[in-house]
Amino acid sequence: MKFGVVVFPGSNSDHDAFYAIGNILHKPVEFIWHQSQDVANCDAIILPGGFAYGDYLRTGAIARFSPVMKSVSKFAQSGGMVLGVCNGFQILLEAGLLPGAMMRNSGLRFICRHVHIRVEQTDTPFTSAAEIGQIRKIPIAHSDGNYTCDESTLAELEKNRRVILRYTTPDGTDDAAGNPNGSMANVAGICNRERNVAGLMPHPERAVEPALDSADGLVILRSMVEALVGAAKATA
Amino acid sequence: MATAQTEIRVTPEIAAEHGLTAEEYARVKQILGREPNITELGIFSVMWSEHCSYKSSKVHLKRLPTRGKLVVQGPGENAGVVDIGDGLVAAFKIESHNHPSYVEPFQGATTGVGGILRDIFTMGARPVVVLDSLRFGPITPGNGVSEEDAAKNRRVLDGVIRGIAHYGNCFGVPTVGGEVAFEPCYSQNPLVNALALGIARKEDLFFAKARGTGNPVIYVGAKTGRDGIHGASLLASAEFTEESKQKRPNVQVGDPFMEKLLLEACLEAMQTGAVVAIQDMGAAGLTCSTTEMASRGGTGIEIDLAKVPQRETGMTPYEIMLSESQERMLLVAEKGREREVLEVFKKWGLDAVVVGAVTEGGLLRVKDHGKLAAEIPAHPLAEEGPVYHRPIAQPPLKKETPADWFKFSADGTNLTDNFARLLASPVIASKRWITEQYDTSVRTNTLAGPGASDAAVIRIKDPETGEVKRALALSTDGNGRWCQLSPRLGAMHAVAEAARNVAASGARPMAATNCLNFGSPEKPEVMWQFSEVIDGLTLACNELGTPITGGNVSFYNETLGKSIYPTPVIGVLGILEDASRVLKIGFREEGDVVVLLDGATAAGASVESREREFSSSEYAKAIAGIVAGEPPAIDLAAEKRLQECLVALAASGTLHSAHDVSDGGIAVTLAESCFTSQTQRMAPGLGARVQLPEDGPAEGAAFGERGARAIVSLKPTSLAPALATARQYGVAAQQIGQVIRGDAFRIEYKGRAVIDTSVAKLHDAWAHSLARALKVR
Repeated sequence: MKFGVVVFPGSNSDHDAFYAIGNILHKPVEFIWHQSQDVANCDAIILPGGFAYGDYLRTGAIARFSPVMKSVSKFAQSGGMVLGVCNGFQILLEAGLLPGAMMRNSGLRFICRHVHIRVEQTDTPFTSAAEIGQIRKIPIAHSDGNYTCDESTLAELEKNRRVILRYTTPDGTDDAAGNPNGSMANVAGICNRERNVAGLMPHPERAVEPALDSADGLVILRSMVEALVGAAKATA
Repeated sequence: MATAQTEIRVTPEIAAEHGLTAEEYARVKQILGREPNITELGIFSVMWSEHCSYKSSKVHLKRLPTRGKLVVQGPGENAGVVDIGDGLVAAFKIESHNHPSYVEPFQGATTGVGGILRDIFTMGARPVVVLDSLRFGPITPGNGVSEEDAAKNRRVLDGVIRGIAHYGNCFGVPTVGGEVAFEPCYSQNPLVNALALGIARKEDLFFAKARGTGNPVIYVGAKTGRDGIHGASLLASAEFTEESKQKRPNVQVGDPFMEKLLLEACLEAMQTGAVVAIQDMGAAGLTCSTTEMASRGGTGIEIDLAKVPQRETGMTPYEIMLSESQERMLLVAEKGREREVLEVFKKWGLDAVVVGAVTEGGLLRVKDHGKLAAEIPAHPLAEEGPVYHRPIAQPPLKKETPADWFKFSADGTNLTDNFARLLASPVIASKRWITEQYDTSVRTNTLAGPGASDAAVIRIKDPETGEVKRALALSTDGNGRWCQLSPRLGAMHAVAEAARNVAASGARPMAATNCLNFGSPEKPEVMWQFSEVIDGLTLACNELGTPITGGNVSFYNETLGKSIYPTPVIGVLGILEDASRVLKIGFREEGDVVVLLDGATAAGASVESREREFSSSEYAKAIAGIVAGEPPAIDLAAEKRLQECLVALAASGTLHSAHDVSDGGIAVTLAESCFTSQTQRMAPGLGARVQLPEDGPAEGAAFGERGARAIVSLKPTSLAPALATARQYGVAAQQIGQVIRGDAFRIEYKGRAVIDTSVAKLHDAWAHSLARALKVR
């Protein structure tokens, strides 16, 4: 089992993902340089948070053209597990691996705080270790996390249970108070139809120890590990 | 001499326009043995500007204590460095970017953060935390402040906050602390002081000393443009007038993405072993970096400007040498190994060009397409600039009578409403609206973010293994109002409070950095304030064991002839031997006892002296509009006792919370300890019931700001050993109340309730006041 964390120029949560997997979960992990075309030796790929290529033009708009994204797309299309966090999510949207787009936060400001999210689906490799309805506390840190898409896309996402995480209040009310950035339908994370590619705005890799105010993000990363163990057993 | 082009002949008038006095210009000619050309004049003018040369402050700065067992590098390098154990060091420094932040708040603040980050990674240290100490004019109208002025101050604040957030968030460093205060004197002269800290292996530290004749000098990073020409000499070294807005082109523009690439590329290049020296191009750009590297190394440097990457065409040698374009570095590589260094920068997509070489003979020689454009001995240029013993005069004492002082309310007066108003005053109110715009969680080291503890606390991950043992605590403090009333006492309080904050987080204070913000050094009363502040800092830093390892001086903080309050901002760094023992301010459990720790003991005092002292408090200002009297007397030995006691109690692991007593006194300390249960939405919440110890009139006892005190909470079963520890350190410890379930908040004095309300009400006043006042569009 090996995780790969892509490093774009301007990635800044790459070290956080690397630390969470290597030092907390004790699983093999390596960095993948953005000019690399080779991701084949990885079993799961993380597109980390940050400001890839300075996020000039539009978040993720330039990163999608980087050499590594060709390989990541191929990897995803062949069933490989890809998780995009924050800027990684924005890149997945721009690359067309997930539907929709990010607008500026409704408050028009960068927000960094711990938010509460509810696990909506558990039949994905990113949430299988969680329970449906579980409320977790995980930090966000972004300017452009206001998820939007057209109505038919949203209907399709809901119908196929592709909204995997939603913003909520600590007691589980889906109102404006629980929605930090104005995201449509309180969307905090979605997956693709095949359920092997997911994008999340909250940072699970930054909530991996009680000393950091929350270890609730571990459930996402553990789910990925379990899925990889399961897959390895199935092919064995 | 031959010059690169036909150019303006330098006259004494042109020298004067460059800010050089007649004596300074004569000295220039003496050093050169001839008249300077215009490029040389420009070089001298920036190197000898107040900002770069410290010509007015040098004689005083010498008095500061700068040595200590743990100090690896004191003032004089890009940043101070201290030993933090296990072969690791921390490089840290605070710097001002006040003038640019008024002219153009967003860019001024971004480049302030960018500059201090470069100072840190130039040393080979990866920046892991940023703090910002900010001062603005009032953001709400009233008390002589018009809505127009308040609106202007809000815009400046908004731009500065966005600028800091933009740069730090994109760069990927958590911005986790600092402070924000408001006073009318900062209305047209905000203070933006940014502190950064980075971590490196001790043997991997880099210094800015050019060595090795023939070694190539390499320019890396952003291209050079015409921005920021004379930023240091014109903006930072002269006061503001109505024309200041025309100086906007002198403000540089920051690009955090470029800086992030520069960080990664520089650290990687340093790992090759082929880098000999490195210096960032900050104030005075290429001029300062070439001159200082050569001067420190006792060598010369020769460069050809034709090789410098340029963003604009037709730039003159004068413009290239004086440009303050951001995100640039100059480094010296080992001859024959330049390819290794250039390869790293190529990988990161950055310009890296050999522009010259280290030479013998100590000359800074600048060529332009091979023709000589400037030739100046580097050492005299860097080190033999003017040094002034500016005249010092204590301003006449302001005659105060008891009529000018705060009058205490009669005992038994209900102070609840005043207390809610105090909590809502911008200085004391929650700064969450601001701090939420900063990325505080990136790098997963933040153990105590904004407001969680008295200091910002980050853990130290071993750069290779990621293993965590210790943590670092940082706090910046500086009460300008107190320094205005008594510069020496105010400066001592600034050190004491910063160190106390660090100790209240459980860390042992170990070193300090300072940013000294003052008016014009040409005014004798400003130089008196400066000298007094230096004396105060020296006394306090010596007693509290926090040598000054670096920092900066910002003079000319005045607009239309009016100076700001003298505002020394002190950043104290402390170390926690066990990262799991961080103390936070919030009460944690119902039934815990609340204990007041006091390094001194309340001395009986006359009503008049109490009125006089209390007139300098936040309460007197917020409730009665009074700014008078003198700050509380300070007992540094008592501060030291309290701090050592807090560190020992933290290490014992018995405390559930700790919070020092400062702005707004014991009442504010208690309320803030209760607010954590509100912000974390604990159900049911926690309140407090407290009996204040006798200390004069009720308002003085509840809101007085005498130092050397902290409030801690702990389990009743831990009380006896904690009291024994306090006794051992000579600290008076007194149980004053308990943490209660629910949200009642009640403070009694001499058997009667003086504050009786709910935590929710107080929290509402405190938590939302800033956002309400700002209404930033």
